Order: sequence, then C-alpha cells, then structure tokens
Amino acid sequence: MMPAPKPAVITFRDVVVEKNGTPILAGLTLRLSERRIGVIGRNGSGKSTFARLFNGIETPSSGEVGIDGKTGRKDLRRHVGFVFQNPDNQIVYPIVSEDLAFGLKNLKLTQQETAARIDTVLTRFGLAHLRDRFTHQLSGGEKQMIALAGVLVMQPRVIVFDEPTTLLDLCNKRRFMAALQELEQQIVVVSHDLDLLQGFDRVLHFENGTLCEDGPPAPVIAAYVARSQC
Amino acid sequence: MLTDLYVSGDSPVHRARPVRKIVALIVVCTGLFIFEGWPSVLTAGILVGAGFAMAGLRPRHALASLRPALWILVAIFAVQAMLTDALFAGFVTARFVVLILAAALVTLTTRTSEFVEGILAALTHAPHWIPKHQIALAISLCLRFIPLVRTVLEEVRQAQQARGTHASLTALLVPLVVRTLKTGDEVAQAIYARSPE
Repeated sequence: MMPAPKPAVITFRDVVVEKNGTPILAGLTLRLSERRIGVIGRNGSGKSTFARLFNGIETPSSGEVGIDGKTGRKDLRRHVGFVFQNPDNQIVYPIVSEDLAFGLKNLKLTQQETAARIDTVLTRFGLAHLRDRFTHQLSGGEKQMIALAGVLVMQPRVIVFDEPTTLLDLCNKRRFMAALQELEQQIVVVSHDLDLLQGFDRVLHFENGTLCEDGPPAPVIAAYVARSQC
Repeated sequence: MLTDLYVSGDSPVHRARPVRKIVALIVVCTGLFIFEGWPSVLTAGILVGAGFAMAGLRPRHALASLRPALWILVAIFAVQAMLTDALFAGFVTARFVVLILAAALVTLTTRTSEFVEGILAALTHAPHWIPKHQIALAISLCLRFIPLVRTVLEEVRQAQQARGTHASLTALLVPLVVRTLKTGDEVAQAIYARSPE
C-alpha cells in the first residue's frame, strides 16, 4: 500500500441547494478533513445531492464548496473523483482499457503514460485480465471495480462513492469493501449499508435536507437506527 | 452485435492506421461496383481473405460477420434468380458477401477508440464550429449503449410478461424510453465527473 497523503480539507460554507423552488439542502456549513467519512440518511434526505456537490456535478444555489481553500469547479473536478451507484451508467467506452483512458485524455498524457497508469491500477486490484474485455460482458462486481479503476487512474485526492454496494452480491460487496480499505485517498461514502461504515472516522446523518447528526460512527449510526424504527 | 466484433491482436492489419483501413475499404467497395464481373469479385475476395489470414482471424469470425445478413443475402439471391438467372444472382450475392467481409475485416481489427481517433483525424481541418470531440464521444457512446439499451428492453419485456401483458408496444416503449432518458441523465453526469477539464 502506498503511504497515505495528507487528507484534503473540504469546506461547505452556507450551502443551499434548491430545485424548482423546493429546498434539497438548507444552509450547510461544514469542514471535513477526516480520511474516512460516511454519509447516511433516509431516501430523499439530501445525502446524494450533498455527495454530488463535492465533485461539482451539483452546484449550490447559494454558498460555496471548496477543497484546500480553492472553490473553483475545475479544482473540485480535478481533485475529487466520483463513483456512481450503477457502474453501467459510468462506463463510457465498450472496452475496459478504452474506458479507463477516457478521463486521462483530458490530462494530455503520452500513450505510454496513459498505458502505465491503466496497468498500475488494473494490476493493483487484480483486474489485469479484464484489460481487453468488453465492458458490457463483465459481471456486476467487475463493472463496479472497473468504475472505481476509472476514477483511480485520474489520481484524485478524494473519492466520493454514492451507494457503491447496492447492486452487489455478498461476495462482490466484501471484495469492494476490501478495495475501499486499501485506498490511500480520502473517501466519502454515501450508503444505506451501515456495515460499510464501521471503522470510519466520521459519519454524517442527513434528515430532510439538514445535517442532524455528526460524529464518530457508533453514536451517529445508533441515533439513525433509533429514528428509523418502522 | 456491433460491439462484440473487435478481436484483439497485434497483426499488421491491427496496427494499420484506421484512416488507411477505412480508405482501403472505400476503394475495394467502389472497385467492386466500377469493375463489374466475376474477376473483380474474385480479386476482392482473395484480397479480403488474405487480410483475414494476415490478421489471424478464423473462418468462424467471417461466418459470425455474415450471420446477421444471412436472410437478406438469401432474399437478394432469390429475387435476382427470379428476375434474371442463377449465375447472375450468384454474382450479385457474392459481391455483397465480399463487401460485408471487407467491412467486417476493418471492424474486427479496429478498436472503438481508434475509430474515434480516426474520425477526429478526419475532422482536423473541419471548421472550428463543428464540435469534433462531441461527435467522436457521441459515436463511442452509441457503440457502448447498444448492449445497455438491449438489456433494458429485455428487462422491461420480461417484467411485462410477468404481469401478464403481451404484445403491447406502448407498455414496452414507455418504460424503455423513461429508463433510457434517466440513464442518459446519469451518463451525462458521469462524463462530467470523469472529465477534469
């Protein structure tokens, strides 16, 4: 495992997100510098919108999001990677190696540099045999790992995962969790799967577009479970 | 299926620049229609066969390329045989077979990204208002999402059958279009998220 770099400081200052006049997130002010951050909440609580703010996919109606003091969308996109819930919607090219090269084209790397980055990531996660495979022929677990690899080749400082294990079976979920543990990047994981967040440094609990609990996993998850009695 | 065609390899045919392969394909196809007759079909057939051999492709690859067009070839032969004679029908059909195999040789040995780069190269001198990169990305997305839309269609069809609905075009198309549009939205977000510039 590579030595872990210093985590970035991500700041949310008075962030409000509204869609068609309906508030999705209300007045969020937050400073995140932990290495492993979990985000939980009911459906429609605003946690996915919150996750999309990190990478600039979603823009605040007011307020600002920054990474290490820089608030430009380009800075967010350059330093924050995003892994979607459904890898089918994230994989753009028909062949694995072509898909991994997609984001790298923007970095103007040479062919050798591009190939080296792809090989390094594929080898690290035991995916080298998938290099020339058609993406639509991969299993769900393989697709999710390739989606992650597509983000890792960009060497982001922070990776945001939006419910990454929802579509995975138990075996693939465990494999994916092991891969998460190995990452030296700072990670933010939005999940309904509370097992995934064990051992995290900080967990945020959203309810109706506001941050209602924030702290170590055990008390925040306990409060969430208590509120969610059906 | 289109996206299943590429066969990886390191032959001279695989390594040849995509633009050259596309130009060669155009020359062979045009030649087949300018120089009518069995000699041109045989010559083109030998050239395409040599290309298959040089690329290390097997007869099953050629057969797989022809299979989707089989019924059309049979129809062409039958109509020509009725209107003219069996020999001319055989010539017309053989010409189509060679055309399909020539096109297959290009797609079997060229990656999607190489096609895209070839298109970008061809558009190098196009006016600045033509969105070259967007055109190239759109082509690659079409190839990528053919199997995805097919999977969605199959899921919707099975769901309709499970609910006892049969042969309803509206019941099939509405969820297919809705899911495809939703997927399109998320794909657009993913492309944005994966493009740092």
